[in-house]
Amino acid sequence: MMGDVAIRVENVGKQYRIGGPSDAYGTLRDAIAGAARTPFHALRHRGSRTCTEEFWALRDVSFDVKQGEVLGIIGRNGAGKSTLLKILSRVTRPSTGRADVCGRIGSLLEVGTGFHPELSGRENIYLNAAILGMKRAEVRRKFDVIAEFADIGPFLDTPVKRYSSGMYMRLAFSIAAHLEPEILIVDEVLAVGDAAFQEKCLGKMRGISQSDGRTILFVSHNMDAIQHLCSRCILLDHGRIAATGDCRATIARYLSIAREQARPDDWIDLSSHAGRSGTGEARFKAVQYRSDRCSVGFQPYSRGPLDIMLAIESNSARSIGSLAVIIADQSGTKLINADTVLRDLSVDLQRGLNLVKLRIREVNLNPGVYRLGLWLADPLRVHFTDRPFDYVESAIEFEIVNVEAGGNGRHPDAVVPCEFDLLPVD
Amino acid sequence: MIEPAAGWTAIDLREIWRYSELLYFLTWRDIKVRYKQTVIGAAWAVLQPFLTMVVFSIVFGRLMHVSSGAVPYPVFSFTALLPWTFFSTAISRSGTSLVLSANLISRVYFPRIIVPLAAVLGATVDFAIAFVILLGMLLFYGIVPGIAILALPFLIVLAILTAFGVGFWLSALNVKYRDIAFAIPFLTQFWLFVTPVVYSSSIVPQKWRLLYGLNPLAGVVEGFRWALLGQGSAPSGLIAISLITVIALLATGLVYFHHVENEFADVV
Repeated sequence: MMGDVAIRVENVGKQYRIGGPSDAYGTLRDAIAGAARTPFHALRHRGSRTCTEEFWALRDVSFDVKQGEVLGIIGRNGAGKSTLLKILSRVTRPSTGRADVCGRIGSLLEVGTGFHPELSGRENIYLNAAILGMKRAEVRRKFDVIAEFADIGPFLDTPVKRYSSGMYMRLAFSIAAHLEPEILIVDEVLAVGDAAFQEKCLGKMRGISQSDGRTILFVSHNMDAIQHLCSRCILLDHGRIAATGDCRATIARYLSIAREQARPDDWIDLSSHAGRSGTGEARFKAVQYRSDRCSVGFQPYSRGPLDIMLAIESNSARSIGSLAVIIADQSGTKLINADTVLRDLSVDLQRGLNLVKLRIREVNLNPGVYRLGLWLADPLRVHFTDRPFDYVESAIEFEIVNVEAGGNGRHPDAVVPCEFDLLPVD
Repeated sequence: MIEPAAGWTAIDLREIWRYSELLYFLTWRDIKVRYKQTVIGAAWAVLQPFLTMVVFSIVFGRLMHVSSGAVPYPVFSFTALLPWTFFSTAISRSGTSLVLSANLISRVYFPRIIVPLAAVLGATVDFAIAFVILLGMLLFYGIVPGIAILALPFLIVLAILTAFGVGFWLSALNVKYRDIAFAIPFLTQFWLFVTPVVYSSSIVPQKWRLLYGLNPLAGVVEGFRWALLGQGSAPSGLIAISLITVIALLATGLVYFHHVENEFADVV
């Protein structure tokens, strides 16, 4: 039915409840502690108070993996990689969507799962193999190969709690690698272990996929390993597939977002930002951005509002004629330039720190990753000196997400002027 | 095929059977690990009921003159302590088993029910070791069990099934409500007093016997005394009522466990 497709994932989503009542263990003590904590919690995250109920660790994830393919899954911490693997290995159920897996899955979610520190290496081989779904006869047959690959020699009968982390890891990987499942799920094995063993693991995994034609899902932060091993890559970001396809391009994309993509509602410090120019008489100290939907974590979305809070430090009281927020795409093409000069607005800065809030009422941009640039200048003076007070070409990167159910949320690629306001800061 | 959890679904017994080897290894691990780094090791399995028996014999036998019928009080109480100790260890171990296996549950798939099952089965080994001591005591007191000893395996199975049923409930509840871990010692203490361990069930008034039988352990313990010591007649009435409780416990325990097991990895 599925042809040569080993894994088919369709619109899989996983919702966790966070901060809500079901998050607590449900003891009386927790309930009391929760009540005591909430007021402060609410103070700290004003406005996000309503957002305690749900959090999507994965959203609308769809992809196919062909038989014998080695698929790399990359993304920052918390992007949803482990959740995806947990769903595929049946540890947890998805909240929406479905996944078809064709064949026996062997999962290696973190090394040494189920190892008991008190048991010896030999005993742990049997135990761990049983946990991973291997039959006893099978383990007995492969025992010598496993032990040899792990290279723990005389320590086979020593409790694993006395092992070095390298030995521990080698043993764990060795068991899983000899599991011979049709599909192998590997999460972060190469984080520990010396270079020689890492090379050995990579070789083994390559062998598994090439000579045996088995499918591997490989999660790692080691881009080098991903590039060497995988034929294709998926980049997860905020629980969604941000890019997929050729490894080199996907990794490049990952590296660009991994650099500086700040979360909404966080103050992002710009005081030591290197990529800026200007006299510095008045300069951007920090920036914060957010939209209005708590269900997507206040992430901006297509045709939704975008609020940008700016902390500006000035060395004297002055009136600023040109305060601008520039949104550019990944290649640097400017798409939106919300500049107060265009609307004859001016901003009065006091000496010291000032807060300015700028709202773009409707962001007419497709879902994707964008750069935010900031500009602060006196339009008259900039003619003479040719220098603004401060200009940060790419202060932060942020993502515009797709919140439309059903449709793919694709808008025409034209750039439309955005209405914006300067709002009083309370 | 992986889909969102859909309410109450059938229990896949075949799948549990496929994982029987894991059940074996987890049980084996429990036993293997339990007495590691202890000085006297598996002797603890004997010492616990034995010392309890000594205390009971002094307090209840000597001081309070609780009637033990024709048999000496020590052997009378030890015969009861054997299934009782098994049961109380089994439910406390299985009750906390899922939470203690949290790292396994949140990383690897297998039928979760294996975990409390293994905990109960692990306790049967302690039972078997302590049983040898009982045989020694019977020899010492010159008691020869009659033909009724053939009923013993049935009684043991009944005790194991009861432990399974209670274990399913407690372990599943404990994942979400850690209160259970604190309630278990209290529960076993309470249960000890509604089970004829220190006394004989013959002191229970006839009109309460029906209610008394709802505790499956009452039938099991009286059955042990009957089968091994030849005391009284077969407690068939008690056991008949016990059977109903056991079946109810097992069935509801299984259903509840199966209903919530999908959440374990997210909650534990």
